[in-house]
Amino acid sequence: MASKQQANWSPYDNNGGTCVAIAGSNYCVIAADTRLSTGYSILTRDYSKLQQLADKSILASSGFQADIKALQKHLSAKHLIYQHQHNKQMSCPAMAQLLSNTLYYKRFFPYYAFNVLGGLDNEGKGCVFTYDAVGSYERVGYSSQGSGSTLITPVLDNQLKSPSPLLIPQETEAVDLVKDVFASAAERDIYTGDRVEITIVNAAGIRREYAELRKD
Amino acid sequence: MDSGKGLLASELDSQRTLNPYVTGTSVVGIKYKDGILMASDMGGSYGSTLRYKSVERLKPIGKHSLLGASGEISDFQEILRYLDELIIYDNMWDDGNSLGPKEIHNYLNRVMYNRRNKFDPLWNSLVLGGVKNGQKYLGTVSMIGVHFEDNHIATGFGNHLARPILRDEWKEDMSFEEGVKLLEKCMLVLLYRDRSAINKLQRRSDWWWWCFMEIGEVDVETRKDRSYLDSGDYEEVTMNKSCSSPRTSAGATLIAKITEEGITVSQPYALKTFWGFTAYQNPTKGAEGSW
Repeated sequence: MASKQQANWSPYDNNGGTCVAIAGSNYCVIAADTRLSTGYSILTRDYSKLQQLADKSILASSGFQADIKALQKHLSAKHLIYQHQHNKQMSCPAMAQLLSNTLYYKRFFPYYAFNVLGGLDNEGKGCVFTYDAVGSYERVGYSSQGSGSTLITPVLDNQLKSPSPLLIPQETEAVDLVKDVFASAAERDIYTGDRVEITIVNAAGIRREYAELRKD
Repeated sequence: MDSGKGLLASELDSQRTLNPYVTGTSVVGIKYKDGILMASDMGGSYGSTLRYKSVERLKPIGKHSLLGASGEISDFQEILRYLDELIIYDNMWDDGNSLGPKEIHNYLNRVMYNRRNKFDPLWNSLVLGGVKNGQKYLGTVSMIGVHFEDNHIATGFGNHLARPILRDEWKEDMSFEEGVKLLEKCMLVLLYRDRSAINKLQRRSDWWWWCFMEIGEVDVETRKDRSYLDSGDYEEVTMNKSCSSPRTSAGATLIAKITEEGITVSQPYALKTFWGFTAYQNPTKGAEGSW
């Protein structure tokens, strides 16, 4: 008999990846790297972990790719229904609550997804919501989630936990900071690399930028 | 497992794939100028026994897609039945629409993920390639539903051994010849290194048949000068004299024509192997404590 050659399977995998979001007074920067891994292997170097869920909310997720995709599809479908019922786009804080509920709905067979939701709130101010896999969430000024979060979070703490709101960075400074933290995380975290995809949400709309990262 | 005192659960357990039985190894696929090229061997392994030697693991799906599978063969055959039904029911609308590779891939993603949600996975890694309306498509799904697209894809061992070669040598708009050559290079490396290389008994690996499939428009003439493709049935190839015994290679025919309308699978053929490398002549030399 061809017995246990293969390990018993697991319904989960960690496909890695790092997400970062920074809220400014009138903008929000949401970023994630584009590497998709399993174990010590890279599956692809060009996989977007960002999903635009509404006009002014963008979700960055890392963790188990299949769960993330299911989650994104579910949220997009819910948003479509919302648009039909209310004839408007869902606000970012509303989307944040929806995401929390959606994650908690699967509390006992969770989506293995680590999310950062960024966008603009109803006043046009930047907002960032950060989650755990089962739906606990919090509105914050900046956040990092995923495999590189342990490397990035203290840097963001140091650079952004400013004593004065006057010191909150301008949009370009925030984008540069994001590029730097990703380049740094890619140095030590094998699950972060290849490229970082950065989206900037502001009153003008959404802009997208890419920066190259280590490919090894 | 649960000792199961007549519980329904334990009865259901026995109907799940808890481990694979007959399995196929890597599938490699690339985009090229006119479409997609895919390669796999035809082996069906029962554990480490090579149980079946002519399993077709590359199958045409509908008009525009090509599916390659590694992993449990019976699960693959079930997937083929699902797809057959899907395509037949879609065809019955008779609206002139047909499912493209993107739709098929999406369907497979949902099926694989849905089965993992039921804790009853289909034990495969699938590669889906195709062309529709001039659009090339190449994607993959794993047994737990992880899926993505890329310019080149390889399952299992192929991800370790073939993809580094592909990342190095693949380029946009390769010709058919370049594409086949690249795939053959990948498959040759897999042939040499898939399965523990020092197992002397398993060096008898002349039963690796290759099955090539191709989607896209290709000129039949261009294929004729590939010497190993145009000969008849079997040919004896005597390998390097330093090898312990001559090996038989199967040299077989044809990769037929396909257009956007159709798909072509080559006849099985064998790659020319060379076992005279010093590493193969005495594979355990210098490995102390080995046999």
